[in-house]
Amino acid sequence: MKKNTIQKGLLKTYPNWFYLPAVITFAIFFVIPTISAFYFSLTRWTLFDATFIGFDNYVSFLSDPMLSIGLKNTFIYAILTSGLKTVLALPLAVMLTSNIRFKGFYRSIVFFPVLVSTIAVGITFSILMQPNSGLINVVLGSIGLGQPDWLGNPKLALYSVVFVDVWKGIGIATVIYMAGILAIPNDYFDAMKLEGGFWIRFRHVIIPLVRNSTFTIILLSFIGGLRSFDLIWAMTGGGPGFASDVLTSVIYKQYQAGFYGLSTAGNVILFIMVTVLIFPLRRFFNSREIEL
Amino acid sequence: MKLKKRSSYYLANIAVFILLSVIFIIPFIYILLMAAKSSKEAALLQFSLPSQFLFLENLKAVIVFGDYRMFRALLNSTLLTVGSVALIVVFAALFAFVSQRKKDKLASVLMSLLMIGLMIPPAVVPTIFLLRSLKIYKTMFGMIMIDVALFMPFATMIFRTAMSTIPRDLDEASFIDGATPLTIFFSVILPLLKPAIVTVVVTTSVNIFNDFVGPLYFLPGAKNITAPLTLYSFISQFSTQWNLLFANVVVVSVIPLIIFIFFQRQLVSGMMGGAVKG
Repeated sequence: MKKNTIQKGLLKTYPNWFYLPAVITFAIFFVIPTISAFYFSLTRWTLFDATFIGFDNYVSFLSDPMLSIGLKNTFIYAILTSGLKTVLALPLAVMLTSNIRFKGFYRSIVFFPVLVSTIAVGITFSILMQPNSGLINVVLGSIGLGQPDWLGNPKLALYSVVFVDVWKGIGIATVIYMAGILAIPNDYFDAMKLEGGFWIRFRHVIIPLVRNSTFTIILLSFIGGLRSFDLIWAMTGGGPGFASDVLTSVIYKQYQAGFYGLSTAGNVILFIMVTVLIFPLRRFFNSREIEL
Repeated sequence: MKLKKRSSYYLANIAVFILLSVIFIIPFIYILLMAAKSSKEAALLQFSLPSQFLFLENLKAVIVFGDYRMFRALLNSTLLTVGSVALIVVFAALFAFVSQRKKDKLASVLMSLLMIGLMIPPAVVPTIFLLRSLKIYKTMFGMIMIDVALFMPFATMIFRTAMSTIPRDLDEASFIDGATPLTIFFSVILPLLKPAIVTVVVTTSVNIFNDFVGPLYFLPGAKNITAPLTLYSFISQFSTQWNLLFANVVVVSVIPLIIFIFFQRQLVSGMMGGAVKG
């Protein structure tokens, strides 16, 4: 066969109908609901009929402090969880790729929480964080430190959940960083060996050369943080009061209360928030990617 | 001098060992201890050995509870996981195969469309409305299709990266041998995608098995209960029987752990390979 016929035949080897199963499923079960959300968010909606009410749902979302606190908390939650995971996972990954003892054991225990149901983790920590008899406060008390009410104090509740989210999710960030570190060619380290100690290596070789991993981790955990629901729901239910409500928990509460239009408006606000924050971040990261 | 360096090395090792063990192991030991206590002892919430070791009794109580509800939950979760993951692997691999090979306008438009699904969360009530209109709300089929749509973008991304490491000459050779597109896909491409498939199967099945939000919204109803939701209803019904609650935690955590241990070796290399290339 001639080269040309092969090329033509090959195109038939990649038939467009191979796209169909994925595209049809995705279009029906994701794209249609997502697009129709924009319309339903402008209605008072009972699932059986929808009355168009303009932007009323959005107005109540942004003006009612009970609802708008979710917006602020979602932002705080996403920033803190992704920031802490990124900052804490790097030293952990450096350690787990060094010549330290029990490496395999550490890798397993750091990754293990990733595998456990978020609800199970949430329940366990909400008991460990009980103000009087919870293990954390018992230990703090025995060494003479204060015993805060981790989940009962409105100023603290959201941050306590952030801590548990980082605990549960740091395994993934660590694995991504480990892959990044192991991919650094040895020449870089050899070149730096003459120059100085560990800190110099960390600062001038590892940090710049794992940049792609850093971007991946920030993006993944930021998206995860914006969408997070189950941990907050299991630990505080958005409480005390509305102190730790995030968008997703507001969406759930409004859904339970039967305010479907309002709930959907919350959903659209979440879409917009994700789009506005993630796309520029992605573009910025893509433009600064490095080749090893 | 040398001795000093050595002892500080050991000290650092010990410090790391204690720190990581306390942070990452104590919570799990606590779960096991609580699951082995009597309900009276568990109510004290102490980190202590049980005076009577009731671990198996508590497990049994959890499994028997509510007319063997736990069996139904594990069965439902398994069905949901296996069904969704099987469809995801085939659909995403078909898509990734053609889109990575063609690299034309259509391929990149469709790929960007799928990638939106990686970022934007599902619209809850409109999805319920859709399922109701299709008469598949509160059915396993409906839930499977939702999970396929939601978890497929991630799988597609992984497969596309892996596809780029499979040489095109292989397709060409099989084409000259007279193979049809489907034969090439199933007997040439899929076997070579194995490491990526392991990565997708493990991460996706753990995520779907542990998923709480999806079944909470799209698969309500007592007969539809899934593993994570057994915990949730436990809180509301038995807020005082901590021993049983923790026994329940143990039961629902075992399956993801088994999946992981079973595939661990291939998974780490697959994930590392993917991350390096991607």
